Amino acid sequence: MLTLDTITVRQDDFRLSADLSVAQGSHVALIGPSGAGKSTLLSVIAGFFPPASGRVLWQGQDITGAAPGTRPLSILFQDQNLFPHLTAAENVGLGLRPDLRLAAGEHEAVSRALTRTGLAGMENRKPAALSGGQQSRVALARVLLRSRPLMLLDEPFAALGPALKAEMLDLVAEIAEETRATVLMVSHDPGDALRFAPDTIVVADGIAHPPQPTGALLDNPPPALAAYLDVTPPSGR
Amino acid sequence: MKKSLMMAGFLAATTAAAQEKPVLTVYTYDSFVSEWGPGPQVETAFEAECGCDLRFVAAGDGAALLSRVLLEGESTEADVVLGLDTNLTATAAASGLFAEHGQAATEFDLPVDWVDPHFLPYDWGYFAFVYDRTKVADAPTDFEALAASDLTIVIQDPRSSTPGLGLLLWVKAAYGDRAGEIWSALADNIVTVTPGWSEAYGMFLEGEADLVLSYTTSPAYHLIAEGDDTKAAAAFSEGNYLQVEVAGKLAGSDQGELADRFLAFMVTDAFQSVIPETNWMYPAVTPEAGLPTGFETLVIPEKALLVPAADAAALRDTALSEWQTALSR
Amino acid sequence: MADRAQPLSLPLRVGAGAAAALVLALTLGTLGAVLLRAGGASALGAADWAALRFTLTQAFVSAALSVLLAIPVARALARRRFPGRGILITLLGAPFILPVIVAVMGILTIFGRSGLVNDGLAALGFGRISIYGFHGVVLAHVFFNLPLAVRLLLQGWLAIPAERFRLSAALGFRPGDIARHLERPMLRALLPGIFVTIFLICLTSFAVALTLGGGPKATTIELAIYQAFRFDFDLGRAATLAAMQLLLCAIAAGTAMRFSLPSGFGAGLDRPVARWDAGAATLILQDAAVLTLGAAFLLAPLAAIALAGLPQLAGLPAPVWHAALRSLGVALGSTAFALALALPLALAVAQRRRADLLESLGMLPLATSSLILGTGLFLLLRPIASPGDLALPVTALVNATMALPFILRALIPAARDAHEGYGRLADSLGLAGVARLRLLTLPRLRRPLGFAAGLTAALSMGDLGVIALFADGERATLPLQLYRLMGAYRMADAAGAAVLLLALSLGLFWIFDRGGRADADA
Repeated sequence: MLTLDTITVRQDDFRLSADLSVAQGSHVALIGPSGAGKSTLLSVIAGFFPPASGRVLWQGQDITGAAPGTRPLSILFQDQNLFPHLTAAENVGLGLRPDLRLAAGEHEAVSRALTRTGLAGMENRKPAALSGGQQSRVALARVLLRSRPLMLLDEPFAALGPALKAEMLDLVAEIAEETRATVLMVSHDPGDALRFAPDTIVVADGIAHPPQPTGALLDNPPPALAAYLDVTPPSGR
Repeated sequence: MKKSLMMAGFLAATTAAAQEKPVLTVYTYDSFVSEWGPGPQVETAFEAECGCDLRFVAAGDGAALLSRVLLEGESTEADVVLGLDTNLTATAAASGLFAEHGQAATEFDLPVDWVDPHFLPYDWGYFAFVYDRTKVADAPTDFEALAASDLTIVIQDPRSSTPGLGLLLWVKAAYGDRAGEIWSALADNIVTVTPGWSEAYGMFLEGEADLVLSYTTSPAYHLIAEGDDTKAAAAFSEGNYLQVEVAGKLAGSDQGELADRFLAFMVTDAFQSVIPETNWMYPAVTPEAGLPTGFETLVIPEKALLVPAADAAALRDTALSEWQTALSR
Repeated sequence: MADRAQPLSLPLRVGAGAAAALVLALTLGTLGAVLLRAGGASALGAADWAALRFTLTQAFVSAALSVLLAIPVARALARRRFPGRGILITLLGAPFILPVIVAVMGILTIFGRSGLVNDGLAALGFGRISIYGFHGVVLAHVFFNLPLAVRLLLQGWLAIPAERFRLSAALGFRPGDIARHLERPMLRALLPGIFVTIFLICLTSFAVALTLGGGPKATTIELAIYQAFRFDFDLGRAATLAAMQLLLCAIAAGTAMRFSLPSGFGAGLDRPVARWDAGAATLILQDAAVLTLGAAFLLAPLAAIALAGLPQLAGLPAPVWHAALRSLGVALGSTAFALALALPLALAVAQRRRADLLESLGMLPLATSSLILGTGLFLLLRPIASPGDLALPVTALVNATMALPFILRALIPAARDAHEGYGRLADSLGLAGVARLRLLTLPRLRRPLGFAAGLTAALSMGDLGVIALFADGERATLPLQLYRLMGAYRMADAAGAAVLLLALSLGLFWIFDRGGRADADA
């Protein structure tokens, strides 16, 4: 279980607080207006941004001060998920050993992961020689190989077309299934959230609310979310 | 690479220590020890008779040499310092670091009498403006003629160069209170002032100026080494200033006896005969075989000017400010 | 994007700390040693203040002109591909790494009283122009420093990701728009640092200023230090002047940091840069003219040096070749030292959010009087070892420190880009220590590292440095040997040695720089 224990985040005049838990193995979407702090919340969990107060716990263990690379999670950013000077295989191999001194068996594991994400034979290509979808697949192959129990997605597929994005989300679901990972995903698309995430954390007005069932939430959005989703709240005014 | 350099340093240190012969350390200026200077021949000749290891340590030019000795003070490794001139000897003697040379009176072939308890001369020369005979038909015969002419000159800065300082004292010795006036008159002849002799002489050879401040012996190099007789030096009617280069031994030397032997050796033929064609100066004691062929063609000024060492230090500050004022306009 | 200020890793802290300590010891430490020996500072006279005024004025004008002229040249080189471009870029770097005396002779062959330009003017019936005076000093300083400015700016242009140019092309940007949206932010980020670097180089100039300045009006602080040191034997005044020079450096560096803004281009995918914006005929003509003029200005004196020296090359005496080997050793040693110093400093600076003290520290060697540095080091080391035995390692170390400011100029922006673009990804993958150095830092910094290594090697090759106080006569470097040849009237041999020096410096520079660019990622 991931617990954000009375977390507060401050940056200049930006404020965000979170006091919530995410059940192990669940898939949760983060939805909210732009600038509400969804990415910042993932940054706090991933260790890139220190909270002003509160603790981040994984399975009851405090990881608030842990270095990003040692946390039990993999994160995919909006961009810069691959090193442009390394090949696909090397980018994936980093997930196994950051010094890339891979044993024969590990090379095979890299190839298997690439094959699993549909990139068989592209081991030696560099990112610039791959399509956007293929780049996403390389990053996912690395997530697969790292097999960390928590997966954070900060809109890594935002640049892909709807069909491709759906394909990637399916791949994420499969990988999460295989690795039994808990997934937190920032999303701007209620459709994505509905399809992928049974639960949703609404981030709005400086608060990250505890997860609620996605379907019910979208059917009856609170005012801030409604404005963002551009629907009139059914309760009317 | 870094390692091997360090190693080279350590090896050099250990081999020096391993030799059991007594070591005589002579500080001198850089061009003396260069492959083209007198150093290598002097070293061979002295080591052949002294049963010692003669070690030259080079430090820039004469002024840098004195700076280094003053900097090191009494802990200096030097036994002998060779390469000061009369503009520096007063400061050097006043430091108390130098011992009296104690050598028997020598018959020096200098245009002036030599009396100095601390320092012995090993060579000398006249400062002079050098020109190309094929380009300058009427060489000036004094500073006033030079100033009145359209001829261009390149000189050295007295603050950073020995010849530059020599010229400063030359004008001061020749014209006294009129020195500032002479400099003002020369200002439009001066193409530029260089930090050192090499820059100035190089610029002269490149044709940047008609004349360059150098020595009356400079044409000897071109004649003897290059077979080129076009270079000549101008003798001035007010006299040409002398540079006398000297050596002295350190009071704190732990090789006092060897140092004495070196100073005595310095005025013998073995040392003196090397000087003309390496340092391109006149030897302090003309060798038995005489001067090399070619030196007889050199102009000999009728009058030799030299401010006594004791007065040079006091005079040069006034002279420098006159020079600066005149040329800064 | 909020970014956590990651604490520096222990090895990085140790490395950067050691480098910073060494720089401090060699700059402030040596000055302190001299002050201590002198027994305190001395008052400055009116002539010293006049020297300060002249120094500041010429340095400001020289730096401003160098930087302004470098912009069109670097832009033309950045957006044009033509045969020989690589060689031209290498050759353009040559003036910067030449020993002063050689370069001045080259300049005089072209611009001197009997130089090509004046002969040309005379043949056309115009009057001759004199190079000596304030304008001569500036001309020579621009000759020396324009190439440095061009190279550093070119790095800036090449660091703009291809994606940004692609986006600009897609948006139909015209050259003016590119200038506003891409080039100006880049220049804004780089120019203050480059300007200050050149300003400081010119600040400590002495031989150029004096030789071409025409007389004592052109007295710089460095010459005043010389005078205090060897004319007046006044160590205290020399040290006071050197302290003033360092203070000026601190002010200048601080001011530059204030004006410098990060360009914020982010990272790209290392696609080769294609330029869709530069096809107009007028632009092509403009660039061709700029490159022709720039190349003529910088290369003509070099050609003069080469022509004078090439025939002498074969007949050079053996000691010159020995000195050349020794200098190669010193140059390579310096390069190793310099990179070991610069890399941790650059990485530490890059990980901070704002330019700070550490970055200014890297500039200190620029404003350090080499005379004071040599003397102070001499005073510090003499109790430990015989200076003559340390001549070569000390020269290598000092040359490395003197090259540090240039290396940092080249490395810091790239290190910053690598950190900003990929630091979080590397952190999230636990990429740390040697692995991070090998897999992220070195590959991303490859170009500037190659450039920096080449620059250091070449600078070290041509620099007389502090060897004068340490040399023992038997271990002369090539530049020292060159001076000795000149001092022994052997001007022709000296010209040959100059060509050898030029060739070796350029060769080293080319090899390292090439190494940084080979196998550039596609």
